[in-house]
Amino acid sequence: MDIFIDQFFNIEIMRKSFPLLLSGLWMTLKLCSAVILLGLIGGLFVALGNMSERRWLRWISIAYTDLFRALPPLVLLIFIYAGLPFAGINISPFAAVVIAFLLNNSSYYAEVYRAGLISVAKGQWEAAQSTGLTPAQTLIHVVLPQAVRNVLPDLLSNTVEVVKLTSLASVISLSELLYNAGMARSVTYNASPLVLAALFYLVLLWPLVRLVSHFQRRLAA
Amino acid sequence: MANRPMLEVVALEKRFGPNTILKKIDLKVAESELVFVIGPSGSGKSTMLRCCNRLEEPTSGDILVNGRNIMAGTRRDLDRMRLQIGMVFQGFHLYPHMSVLKNVTLAQRKALKRSKAEADARAMNMLEQVGMAHKADAYPGELSGGQQQRVAIARSLALDPKVMLFDEPTSALDPELVGSVLKVMKDLKSKGMTMVVVSHEMAFARETADRVVFMDGGVVVEEGTPDEIFGAPKAERTRAFLSRVSG
Ligand SMILES: Nc1ncnc2c1ncn2[C@@H]1O[C@H](COP(=O)(O)OP(=O)(O)OP(=O)(O)O)[C@@H](O)[C@H]1O
Ligand SMILES: [Mg+2]
Repeated sequence: MDIFIDQFFNIEIMRKSFPLLLSGLWMTLKLCSAVILLGLIGGLFVALGNMSERRWLRWISIAYTDLFRALPPLVLLIFIYAGLPFAGINISPFAAVVIAFLLNNSSYYAEVYRAGLISVAKGQWEAAQSTGLTPAQTLIHVVLPQAVRNVLPDLLSNTVEVVKLTSLASVISLSELLYNAGMARSVTYNASPLVLAALFYLVLLWPLVRLVSHFQRRLAA
Repeated sequence: MANRPMLEVVALEKRFGPNTILKKIDLKVAESELVFVIGPSGSGKSTMLRCCNRLEEPTSGDILVNGRNIMAGTRRDLDRMRLQIGMVFQGFHLYPHMSVLKNVTLAQRKALKRSKAEADARAMNMLEQVGMAHKADAYPGELSGGQQQRVAIARSLALDPKVMLFDEPTSALDPELVGSVLKVMKDLKSKGMTMVVVSHEMAFARETADRVVFMDGGVVVEEGTPDEIFGAPKAERTRAFLSRVSG
């Protein structure tokens, strides 16, 4: 039992690896912000393309969402990180991770937005347009707020997935939370840093998960 | 009354796929006139009304509002011309995520670019007119159908339209709430608004309409004063329809 506690809950080792993990957490947060923010914006445009009256736009956005939801994000990441240099394009590990997960993530956000946009009654579009609002104004002020409210739990769930997804970046040695925890583990021959990292993820995600449940219940009511 | 019609529908045709829903409809509505449109379900009343602000795109024909053709011009021109054509729907379609006041100010601010103070003042004025000023801070979900419809009317009126189109404005209401909306429409008429009303409220038509138009199968079968149409309809189809709705 003592060996177990020493291996997994060694306070001394946790304390020592804390700064390294904190810097990993910082990197994870930067990754998340970039992927989530760009994903929320990109996903909206993909969703709008998907619902466009122009057939070619619909086709492109359907191909986009199908492709990047079907490709495993890790495959996408390695492909971009290891493949692009062969094409003469050199990008930083950070950029590679952001691009790879953005492609994946915006596809999922797009599907969520689409469900949200469809859920808003057609009459809302018609009422707004009949008062002289442009299509863009109608979308921004009338339709989107309702659409987002209707799919808030799904948007949040997807955001939780993004945070978890970023741990895959350790594969290409980007020093995010999981990667740094692995480093600390191999230096100390002790699993406690991994436990600490798990705690960080929990602290980060538990409120989000709670929020999802909260909104789900509120929407069901 | 001006000579030039405020709203003019010229040879309006609308097809949905193989079906011709409107067959060369012509209609002139003079300034301050209330034209009441009746006809069986599926006769094309809503489609005609919706073509008047191009919510439905006409297959051919012209729509002139105050002499200007809304079929000509860019998308921007259309948005601007829609400000002159108020529309009231059977289902109200208030914005559920906004207060009553914001419902009435949104287009004023975004489309007419009025200042907040100006838009608020105008909105309160219009809400007063429809008897809803006391609910300015409420949300649509907290209002009865009749109240929502009056707010929807205020939302259109706040943009100073030249014409108001009503598509069965009271059909979704509980019977006891119909009167409050009809009263607002009567007020509007007495203030000189040009109106086209699709409705089944025949008593309202008798009292308020200048002209009644009977549509069937995508054409105007007959039109005349309420007395002519309700009292002595010429066409067999009109007679059949009226005996059905009154019977
Ligand atoms: N978007 C559409 N696509 C195909 N057909 C349509 C569409 N909208 C309307 N129609 C058809 O056009 C015809 C006229 O419909 P419209 O709604 O204008 O009738 P209406 O006179 O308003 O009837 P009601 O009294 O039931 O409201 C109907 O046969 C309807 O099925
Ligand atoms: Mg109709």
